[in-house]
Amino acid sequence: MLHRIQARPTAQMPTSRRGFLKLMAGTGAGLTLALNTSVQASTASASLNSDGSFEPNAFIRINPDNTIAVVVKHLEMGQGAFVGLTTLIAEELDADWQQIRPEHAPADSRYNNTFWGMQGVGGSSGLANSFNQLRIAGATARAMLVAAAAQQWQVAVRDISVKQSVISHQASGRNATFGELASAAAQQKIPPADSLTLKNPADFTLIGNAKVRRNDAGKTNGTALFTQDIQLPGMRVAMVAHPPRFGATVASVDDSKARALSGVIDVVQIPSGVAVIGKDTWSAKQGRDALVIRWDNSKAFRGSSRQMLDDYHQRVQQPGTTARNDGDTVSALNTASKVIEATFEFPYLAHAAMEPMNCVVQVTETGCEIWNGAQIQTLDQGAVAAILGIKPAQVKINTLFAGGSFGRRANPASDYIVEATQVARSQPGIPVKLIWTREDDTRAGYYRPAYVHKIRAALDDNGMPLAWQQRIAGQSIIQDTAFESAMVKNGIDSTSVEGASTLAYQVPNLQVELHTVKQPVPVQWLRSVGHTHTGFSTEVFIDQLAKAAGKDPVDYRMALLTEHPRHQGVLRLATEKASWGSPLPAGRFRGVAVHESFHSYVAQVAEIAMHDDGTFSVEKVTCAVDCGIAVNPDVIRAQMEGGIGYGLSPALMSEITLEDGQIVQSNFHDYQVLRINQMPAIDVHIVPSAEAPTGVGEPGTPPIAPAVANALAAATGEWQTTLPLKGARL
Amino acid sequence: MSVTLEINGVTHRVDASADTPLLWVIRDHIQLTGTKFGCGIAMCGACTVHLDGQPIRSCSTPVSAVAGKKITTIEGLTTNAAASAVQDAWAELQVPQCGYCQSGQIMSATALLSQNSNPDDDAIDAAMSGNVCRCATYPRIRNAIKSAADKLS
Repeated sequence: MLHRIQARPTAQMPTSRRGFLKLMAGTGAGLTLALNTSVQASTASASLNSDGSFEPNAFIRINPDNTIAVVVKHLEMGQGAFVGLTTLIAEELDADWQQIRPEHAPADSRYNNTFWGMQGVGGSSGLANSFNQLRIAGATARAMLVAAAAQQWQVAVRDISVKQSVISHQASGRNATFGELASAAAQQKIPPADSLTLKNPADFTLIGNAKVRRNDAGKTNGTALFTQDIQLPGMRVAMVAHPPRFGATVASVDDSKARALSGVIDVVQIPSGVAVIGKDTWSAKQGRDALVIRWDNSKAFRGSSRQMLDDYHQRVQQPGTTARNDGDTVSALNTASKVIEATFEFPYLAHAAMEPMNCVVQVTETGCEIWNGAQIQTLDQGAVAAILGIKPAQVKINTLFAGGSFGRRANPASDYIVEATQVARSQPGIPVKLIWTREDDTRAGYYRPAYVHKIRAALDDNGMPLAWQQRIAGQSIIQDTAFESAMVKNGIDSTSVEGASTLAYQVPNLQVELHTVKQPVPVQWLRSVGHTHTGFSTEVFIDQLAKAAGKDPVDYRMALLTEHPRHQGVLRLATEKASWGSPLPAGRFRGVAVHESFHSYVAQVAEIAMHDDGTFSVEKVTCAVDCGIAVNPDVIRAQMEGGIGYGLSPALMSEITLEDGQIVQSNFHDYQVLRINQMPAIDVHIVPSAEAPTGVGEPGTPPIAPAVANALAAATGEWQTTLPLKGARL
Repeated sequence: MSVTLEINGVTHRVDASADTPLLWVIRDHIQLTGTKFGCGIAMCGACTVHLDGQPIRSCSTPVSAVAGKKITTIEGLTTNAAASAVQDAWAELQVPQCGYCQSGQIMSATALLSQNSNPDDDAIDAAMSGNVCRCATYPRIRNAIKSAADKLS
């Protein structure tokens, strides 16, 4: 029996073949489609390598010394790909976990995301899209090792057992390690996937095992390699002076002072600005500082983010494009005796990964080689190939650890990679490392868009919602990207409304409308994407409705979630563990939120302290998560902790603003982010589940801001509906 | 100008302008890349190294200011008992996520434990709030420091 647990595609990516085709048509990359999501497509042949290693498929190399190289197709950016994906293989291989050696895959269609038809990760899809594929890969290798042992020992396959990378035949007492059987296994036929028996979840030894640990030695002794750390013979370092306003261009450059510096090698104008190429980082920085550039602002954006938001406030007074329409919301609102409304405002946000954007590129006569924390390798290959006029396959990508991404390194336009390529092509044959300073990273784009939401609800005599009308105004993340044809339907960018259009609460008349506004400010997805704002507006508003109904906010939610047992499950678990309703010390208050994103369900109870000076601090968060089978419980806990911490920055302090077309913030002194003294204690609980695993990188983020806002309302009686919240003790 | 530096017990002579930040001398000239660039203005702590045992932000320290002084980077912590306890605790509690800030976190934590063998939460906040972690591994950093302190005592 084949235990294939149906993997769930992510909400925001195309899942149909048609969707894949459209998606790929937009990339211009001309790549072969991976229409078959099984591992068979990746395992046309097994091979015995010259070093004696057995390579049953694209994901596994078993070495004669018994170590097992596992090729990880997705970027490790802190979310746990190196442990999660390798666990799937090791589980079905019955491998000794200590022998597993993860490594990043090259850019190659064999490593496509099975949900997307291209190589890349996002939308918390890494583990979910790999769950069957990599277990089959592991089971394939195991079957070939067992077949090799059976042949050598002249015994039946069914009498052979495998444990901890040792193959045994109990009756004869014979044993062999994986390494000893590697060359014989390479001679075996690759079994068809449908002949393999995957484990019953009850027999998992590594999946769900708290003892499966990440090997973090390189991240505690300084040896882990990030793009920033790449040093190549003859390498040069580049910095780019970007226009101070979006849409501005170079009118003239006086580079004489820069060129006079001994460490400056070259100055080149590229489409995104003026690049200074130096012998090292400080030389490039000094050279850039010495440039005298006159910018042409005639086509530049000169507005402010305040003006934009004011415009969005006007727009949400009017009907927009329909994203969801159940029942007759307008009539219900017009005839209701009690109507509640609220307006929400969200600023632009920068991703602010610890490693500012950077990329190493070497353009040669035969192609191009890139060293980067690449998150969507296929798009990056296509974008670079288009610039250089070569084939995507000629763009070799070495994927390195990323010092955080939060979506930034999945830029659909491959923006900073394209910039690095534009610089490197001016230095043929020479590797060039493009380094963005923190100021570049903060001011050069791309941002989570600013949004305004307006919600109106009609309540019945029992205080339960009869109608819910939500209007959202803001920029589309997907418009004008390779994802547009797959992810914008009937004028609705699904990432603008997700979390609102998918409202779980039972409301008979539900209308969600969108005003998509074009702006010259570049935007893209940020950890949990649309849920960063819809999770806040819907969860704060439902709390306001509970108050209007005179009901406990948890009871009120539970009553509206009877058709959503997984929402109820996390809400019940989090509130039980937080002792919801029990007395608190003076000055302490609780708030709750529950939100599903990327098919994972998270509830959080935030406990805040109100201080004598009128400020508040977040003291404790109790979190419950249902993400299906818990492949690695510690990674799940870590991602909940991290998701909460990431969500607390925009909840309490972070915002990007524009004045006269310029980004006001520049570095961590004015784009403030959460520090250790502001981090609450966090208690994470995982709902036991036999469902297919879903992602955890993003779903921990949406509930924290509304949980804190609801706790503040419990303290003050009023809901703040603009982020960041006012009054946080910083 | 030519500057002589003692880094991790090894004397280096580098040719760098006096205003070159120590960070870029360490990373680009000496090619020790465990010390990270995060902000360039001493606001994130990713570049933390020890100067005569004290934590400093190397991104904002001109190389001319440290000539002749003893500098320790993450790569040079191998003989430091507090550092070993910190690194072990980091592994035990599975602190790192992306890992980019962790060299700086470990340098700050090690300096803290060298001066205060039993730091309370306020002492940890005071010593560590200059080190940003965007993965928000803060609860584990706090626990790991306490765990390391227990092992050292």
